[in-house]
Amino acid sequence: MLIDWFTIAAQALNFLILVWLMKRFLYKPILHAIDAREQRIAKELADAEAKKADAQKEREAFKGKNKAFDRQRDALLSQATEEAKAERQRLIDEARQAAEVLHAKRQDAMEREQRSLNDEITRRTREEVFAIARKALTDLAGTSLEERISEVFRRRLRELDGEAKEGFARILKTSSHPVLVHSAFELPSEQRAAIQHALNETFSAEVHVRFETAPDVISGIELTANGRKVAWSIADYLTSLEKRVGELLQEPSKPKTKPEAEPETQAGFKPKSGTQPAAPEEAE
Amino acid sequence: MHLSPDAIIFWQHGFLKLNATIVFTWGLMLVLAVGSKLITRRLSTGLKRSRWQNLLEIVVTLTEKQIEEVGLRHPKKYLPFLGTLFLFVALAALCTVFPGYEPPTGSLSTTAALALCVFVAVPLFGIVERGWGGYLKSYVQPTFIMLPFNIISELSRTLALAVRLFGNMMSGTMIIGILLTITPFIFPIVMKALGLLTGMVQAYIFFILATVYIAAATRVRKPKPEPEPTH
Repeated sequence: MLIDWFTIAAQALNFLILVWLMKRFLYKPILHAIDAREQRIAKELADAEAKKADAQKEREAFKGKNKAFDRQRDALLSQATEEAKAERQRLIDEARQAAEVLHAKRQDAMEREQRSLNDEITRRTREEVFAIARKALTDLAGTSLEERISEVFRRRLRELDGEAKEGFARILKTSSHPVLVHSAFELPSEQRAAIQHALNETFSAEVHVRFETAPDVISGIELTANGRKVAWSIADYLTSLEKRVGELLQEPSKPKTKPEAEPETQAGFKPKSGTQPAAPEEAE
Repeated sequence: MHLSPDAIIFWQHGFLKLNATIVFTWGLMLVLAVGSKLITRRLSTGLKRSRWQNLLEIVVTLTEKQIEEVGLRHPKKYLPFLGTLFLFVALAALCTVFPGYEPPTGSLSTTAALALCVFVAVPLFGIVERGWGGYLKSYVQPTFIMLPFNIISELSRTLALAVRLFGNMMSGTMIIGILLTITPFIFPIVMKALGLLTGMVQAYIFFILATVYIAAATRVRKPKPEPEPTH
């Protein structure tokens, strides 16, 4: 007998029990575990996606910040460059001004020095010329220098040309004041008499004369009357000498004082002016 | 030489009896239940899991996928019944490697019981899915004339299920038995291996046929003619 009905019933029951057992112990837990894992993975993926989105957002934010930072840095840099340029210009200007001031001071000092040197040379020259002339005149003529000066002065009076002579004559006639004769030294009485005599002779009248001593009339005699003047003094020669010496001194000193500023005026050797002193023959 | 393990009776009291079929079935039930219990006791829901859990997950998900591929829309509803059919038949065939073991599926009573379960389950699932009217209407499709043929088909396929599995399993055991007497060395091992393969194929066929029947019964639209795998 291949079929046993009791066994069939028992096996059917067994199978149903097995289905229940399997459902209880196998399918439910396994499916549950799979579902849980899938949920977890989905959640993790979602989390990862969210994190990625966050990261992207942050990255954008950082990019923006970086850009802003770059812009700010560029702005600051250009501002700093501008300021530095301005500061540089200012410093250069200051330095240039300081250099100009120094240059001016230096030039001033040099000019002062030159002037004092000129003065000194003038003074010495006068003294020397005076001493030489005095010595020479004394040795040669046997007269004092004053005498000779007085003689030259008198000769000049006599040699006054027509117009000057008439001018003086007019003044002498109209003026009530005596004419002034300044001299660097005290004139002896015979000199005074000689000058008086020469005046009287020249203008053909009795001229009132007052003699005064003035040290600034250097080694000379001058006659002044109401703005008009007849004079001889060594100062004229000295002035001429001083000019020449001055020109000589200026020639080497000028290129030193302004070597770069005014190159076109380096050869600033001015031509001689027409202020020549009195004729040398008068000094004889 | 027993044709069926039903013939090995351990204990009998009138109508009740305890034969080898029932005993071995209990053994298989015990193995399946305890094994599942042991493995699923510490299930991991994380990414790291034990090898046994992996094995069970593969079996369960593959079964579920097979059911879905046949055409059932909610495979989880049918998974316990169909999956158990497969596992029981497959394990019964696999255990033939143990000497002294008689596969319960080598008994026509067992296969008939399984076929009866499928015979009952098909209309049950059909009625649950489509309602009484919907299910009964399927017997008069496409025309009323088809009603007797449909009923005959229902009965005959149940008979075919039972006899097919029984014949295959029984023949495997029988061939081994006969071969052992003729050529006791080497050749029975080859046949044993072939028997294992046949057993696995039969488990799959039984499972897939039951799935196809249920799918045909629960399909709301007019069922497409599903070619029945013949063996």
